[in-house]
Amino acid sequence: MSASNGNGNGNGNRNGSQTGAIRIGFYVCHCGHNIGAVVDCAAVAHYVGTLPGVVLSRDYKYMCSDPGQELIQSDIREHRLNRVVVASCSPLLHEHTFRTAVERGGLNPFYFQMVNIREHNSWVHNDRELATVKAKAQARAAVERVRYHDSLRTTRVPIQPDVLVVGGGISGIHAALTLGNAGKKVFLVEREPSIGGHMAQFDKTFPTLDCAACILTPKMSAVRAHENITLWTYSEVAKVEGYVGNYTVTIRRRPRYVIEDLCVGCLECVGKCIYKEAKFPDDFNVGLSRRKPIYIPFPQAVPQVVLIDPERCLQVKTGKCKKTCLEACADRKAIDFSQQEELVQIKVGTIILATGFKLFDAKRIPQYGYGLYPNVVTSLELERLVTSSGPTSGEIILRDGSKPRTAGFILCVGSRDTRTNRWCSRTCCMHSMKLAQLFKEHTQADVTIFYMDIRAPGKGCEEFYDKSLREGIRFVRGRVAEVTDWALAPEEEGKLVIRVEDTLAGFVRRIPVDMIVLAVGMEPQADSQAMRRLFNLSCSTEGWFLEKHPKLAPVSTFTDGIFIAGCCQGPKDIPDSIAQAGAAAAECLALIDRGYIEQEPNTAHIHEENCSGCKSCLPLCPYTAISFDETVGRARINEALCKGCGTCVASCPSGAIGQHLFEDEQIFKEIEGILA
Amino acid sequence: MNPGTESIYSPAHGWQPRLVAFFCNWCTYTAADLAGVSRLKYAPNIRVIRLMCSGRVDPQFILEAFARGADGVLIGGCHPGDCHYVEGNYKALRRFQLLGRLLRDLGIEEQRVRLEWISASEGERVRLVVNEMVEQLRALGPLNLPEKMEAWDREMTALEETVHAEALAAV
Repeated sequence: MSASNGNGNGNGNRNGSQTGAIRIGFYVCHCGHNIGAVVDCAAVAHYVGTLPGVVLSRDYKYMCSDPGQELIQSDIREHRLNRVVVASCSPLLHEHTFRTAVERGGLNPFYFQMVNIREHNSWVHNDRELATVKAKAQARAAVERVRYHDSLRTTRVPIQPDVLVVGGGISGIHAALTLGNAGKKVFLVEREPSIGGHMAQFDKTFPTLDCAACILTPKMSAVRAHENITLWTYSEVAKVEGYVGNYTVTIRRRPRYVIEDLCVGCLECVGKCIYKEAKFPDDFNVGLSRRKPIYIPFPQAVPQVVLIDPERCLQVKTGKCKKTCLEACADRKAIDFSQQEELVQIKVGTIILATGFKLFDAKRIPQYGYGLYPNVVTSLELERLVTSSGPTSGEIILRDGSKPRTAGFILCVGSRDTRTNRWCSRTCCMHSMKLAQLFKEHTQADVTIFYMDIRAPGKGCEEFYDKSLREGIRFVRGRVAEVTDWALAPEEEGKLVIRVEDTLAGFVRRIPVDMIVLAVGMEPQADSQAMRRLFNLSCSTEGWFLEKHPKLAPVSTFTDGIFIAGCCQGPKDIPDSIAQAGAAAAECLALIDRGYIEQEPNTAHIHEENCSGCKSCLPLCPYTAISFDETVGRARINEALCKGCGTCVASCPSGAIGQHLFEDEQIFKEIEGILA
Repeated sequence: MNPGTESIYSPAHGWQPRLVAFFCNWCTYTAADLAGVSRLKYAPNIRVIRLMCSGRVDPQFILEAFARGADGVLIGGCHPGDCHYVEGNYKALRRFQLLGRLLRDLGIEEQRVRLEWISASEGERVRLVVNEMVEQLRALGPLNLPEKMEAWDREMTALEETVHAEALAAV
């Protein structure tokens, strides 16, 4: 530790809580070896100790630990510090921690500046000498800057207690129910005509093999019946305005041509439709069955309401139809061909995005023959075949109606593949083993799984793998090269042949089977980029919504008050999705129950004496926080509306606008310090 | 440079380009954090100043950086359409284009200032841009604006003296 007498550096104009000289305390954190291994922390502390105004300069193992924070607090009291600088990790991680420590030490928390010498230095540089030089420059910039800090106060804005949940899959359903049960009003918006998401299409769930419908449908009905949940299906978010605590969201409700409140789901209209036969592919059964232009998405759909497909219905398309459905509905009068798209505006304080994933399109890997050979199916198609409520009533059959006697599952289709998606979709190993067990149970077929690695890390999952082995499912390790119907031997006639290098046996094999199941991976939704823009989020390069911190804030986003849950954040199984949904709901509750949002005091303000009244700042503010006071001929900033971007500050030709925490003089001093 | 304090560079380093960066809090600063978390390695010549938005970058900051001895300035903001503050990055772009002309007139090469859109997930891009720019600055050599400014000052004083002397002589 070294001390140099604070010379004050001429800052009498600072309205600090302390009077007199600036007394800066500087702390450099080793972060174990994270910083200390690359940056010479003692040298940095010594250097900063020689700078004017620094009365105390220390290096310490872990500044964010309790003793580290205590150190700051006791130093503030003992050494009468009135400014604190900590060189450690990113301010996005621990700025709040240290500000709180400074405040506990009796100082205004904004007399603090943080220096990022971990993410921006020790983790990205190797050369110890140059990294240390850089750390000194960074520290010096902060020391120069902190002298010019002001005593500031955060402002409190009340929070709107209602919540919007986007996406009605298992994550969205769980989040909505949790919030609803806590007494909060929830708007649940789902794009499809029914909630339920992918889970509604599943037969059983791994590793317990309990029936998916039995655990999901009660939750779906609970959503419908819940007094605190407003469910809007067949609807999408069109616009999002505002900020944490005060979002205004516009929802686009597409016309179903059926009045939801009047329809009882009797399906009389479906029977009476002018189309005698169901002839249009049914999305819920992934095209494996057919439906009519008026239909219910699936028997357990919530809401239990039919809808009319405008692309298929004669009346909607041409206006010329006998409208037998209207007759069938009779005096209920639930069918309404005059329905129009509706825009509804709601006000919410917090938003949970649970928009899910889409499945990889197996046609992108042509060598597996999906779309070419009819008996190559995706895992979701098999899932529909195996479900008792599915198109074949639970019978696994080939396209010609016969039963398969052999089957091969190909794993990692569109996952862990540099040509398509590099990530692991996490669920396909387990999902395939579950389907393989069901396949065997239903058909007594010989089932072989072609895998690269079996990933079964979840609770009960390794045991499930053992069970698969015990039940006689064969595993061949190797990425399948191709699927062909070109028979080279009599036993291959009429079959699909899998060519694979068996990496455990060490040679290339040809294995003939009747049916091939492709374990397709998960991908971000096709419109994830549009959604990201709508909600002002960040995405990973792959297109998954980016969490604020991979470990410490896994369901938060960079936009305050917007949380993410389920597969829109990355591939995950049902338990993980539900855990995230619960976490997101808890985060919302934490904000709502506090009742107010504390806003960073980084707003802009006008030095009236310098304002020339030129009005050039007025059109720059996207929040219309700046107005013009005609009586005095000066601009005025409404700090409640200001979000603190600082665009007006940079544009003022008279230098009449300042920004708290980012004042011109602070930044100029930072530039000076960083180039010392 | 502040008189009275030692320079933190030792002559042993030789000349090192100095790159000052202004990164917006939401995209590029976060991307640089991600580069750190991912342990991507890049040149230690960059020093980052965090601002809430690239729209806060006053052209004066860039000039000040050059005047204080920077060899290059990098501005990082969110991609067009992604600004956390709706359109601050567009304002940054407009100012940047205007400033470019001024810098040309001052004899500061175009490659010394760069505006980049780097989103929060593009840690790799931070590494790429920083390394590329530091290499360019090495190729360009030192800008030495502080020394140049002193030289210009001396020139001006000399000119003033000459004019003054001539005026005296004429009397």
